[in-house]
Amino acid sequence: MSASLFIEQLLNGLQFGVMLFLMSAGLTLVFGVMGLINLAHGSLYMVGAFAAAAVAGWSGSFWLGLAASLMAAALAGALVEIVVLRRLYRRDHLDQVLATFALILMFSEGTRWLFGAFPLYLDVPEVLSGSMHLPVLDIVYSRYRLAIIVCGFVIALGLYLLIAKTRLGIRIRAGQSDRQMIAALGVDISTLYTVVFALGAALAGLAGALVGAIQSVEVGMGEPVLILAFVVIVIGGIGSIKGALIGAIIVGLTDTMGRFLLPVFFRQFMDNAAASSVGSALASMLIYIVMATILIVRPSGLFGKAS
Amino acid sequence: MSTRDTSISVLSLLLLGSVAVLAQWLDEPYFITLATKVCILGMAGVGLNLALGYGGLVSFGHAAFFGIGGYVAGILASHALNYEPIMESPWLLEGTTRMLVIWPITALVCGLFAWLIGALSLRTSGVYFIMITLAFAQMIYYFAISWPSYGGEDGLSVYLRSTFPGLNTMTGIHFFAIAFVWLMLAMGLSSRLVQSRFGLALQAARQNPIRVSAVGISPYKVQLTAFVISGVITGIAGALYTDLNRFVSPSVLGWHTSGEIMVFVILGGVARLAGPLLGAAVFIILEQTLGGWSENWQFWLGAVLIVVVLYGRGGIIGLLDRRSARE
Repeated sequence: MSASLFIEQLLNGLQFGVMLFLMSAGLTLVFGVMGLINLAHGSLYMVGAFAAAAVAGWSGSFWLGLAASLMAAALAGALVEIVVLRRLYRRDHLDQVLATFALILMFSEGTRWLFGAFPLYLDVPEVLSGSMHLPVLDIVYSRYRLAIIVCGFVIALGLYLLIAKTRLGIRIRAGQSDRQMIAALGVDISTLYTVVFALGAALAGLAGALVGAIQSVEVGMGEPVLILAFVVIVIGGIGSIKGALIGAIIVGLTDTMGRFLLPVFFRQFMDNAAASSVGSALASMLIYIVMATILIVRPSGLFGKAS
Repeated sequence: MSTRDTSISVLSLLLLGSVAVLAQWLDEPYFITLATKVCILGMAGVGLNLALGYGGLVSFGHAAFFGIGGYVAGILASHALNYEPIMESPWLLEGTTRMLVIWPITALVCGLFAWLIGALSLRTSGVYFIMITLAFAQMIYYFAISWPSYGGEDGLSVYLRSTFPGLNTMTGIHFFAIAFVWLMLAMGLSSRLVQSRFGLALQAARQNPIRVSAVGISPYKVQLTAFVISGVITGIAGALYTDLNRFVSPSVLGWHTSGEIMVFVILGGVARLAGPLLGAAVFIILEQTLGGWSENWQFWLGAVLIVVVLYGRGGIIGLLDRRSARE
């Protein structure tokens, strides 16, 4: 195992983590502000990916596709919030789980209806294709993945500024701590909710579009990511954006490095075939083991408020 | 538990039984299979309802028990059918196709897993509990996918159903009878439990854990016991499900299964004895009829579920209650 391979895997883990952050930010905001468990968040990710692939395929421009993913996911999110989810904020979690589970069925089948059962493909734009030479340790790494990492950190910074410095951010924080008070102060709470939801949806859609250029764009692509995003926000503490960022990076690195290192580790004292099967079995369980451990030690996540 | 709950349960069981008998009389084996499926999935729901409905423990990971039950039955039977012992050292352990042996082992294994998962998960509450149970189920799901010995992602086929003395389990109506008796047992047990001192403590712990501790009962112990019983019932349903399909694959461990079992309970009526049975029956009827009308039946299933959540509070039994209240 060379140092450059190790660093390449670290970067892959970071890229995965950053992508998970884009998914989790919206999920944790929606839960923190509205108290809603949204299982359909993965569907918004899928909507973004499909919108990007369809528009990019039609116009030939990746960037138009990216813009389309933001708009389509935000629109779908706002629509779902206004038609269905708004009625569920005061209900218990059970109703929310069932309704958003039903929404997943509708989104998945609806997408299959529109686009057919075959996967779509989204090409990496010319500027970002190929790989580049990093000055440290003689590493060659994919330009596009590097761009995802940078883009993710820029968005994390942007979100921080939005929440900490703007009026909308003040309202979102106020909504998190006391809904009734902010409504009494004359803020139109239902518009605020729709905006927060659409913002989270747009981030999920963006994540879908970015990943769509690495993987294929297909129905059901959102579900594994959704579960991971839940792991992220639970590790980070539900409602905390900072927690989501740290949780996402923990999950991204743990998963990638686990898959890379565990088989190598078991090869020290097993034969090759057994080592790779034990290693990969354990690696795929690893993040859930980490999550369970964190919850057992800190029952409301790393940065969550104690309930 | 009202007498009303009891009468709805008896009525729905009678209805289910007569559907199967009628199907046998009309020689419609497909409908017997469907009725058996309702029994088994209903039983899985009865298990979950004990934790989720009466105990207020919203488990999003009951697929773990359903799937582990399924795999225990599948692994035991496949070893016996292929004449391969499960292990030879330190002592010989053979597989078996006898249901009367498979069931206690299933109950034991599922009980152990439920105890382990419950003991850890119950340290959290609310939405964290939902998520940690999901995480444990996903752990087992990924383990099943990546462990190659029992088929991995492809699943495990069992070419004959396991045997029960005096019955030919490969005959649809005989196997239905087994599943039906199990469903009745599960509902009977659940009804007895809920009315017992234990059940009262469990429901009190859902409503106000602090008061429960104040009278000297540990909510943690009561909830953990309920979680284990709930896991065992769902696990045995899983073992029956493997026999029904003669196949078990990691998909029974997936989070969609947890979601579906939850849907049965909510659709039928949370914390109502017959709720999961009615929910499973309606779900399967919807699946069959919508599947006949449209290729994209899942879309319409989703739409129906949303309408139920938004307007039909209390599920099907809640709807029946409101109608009888109006009259």
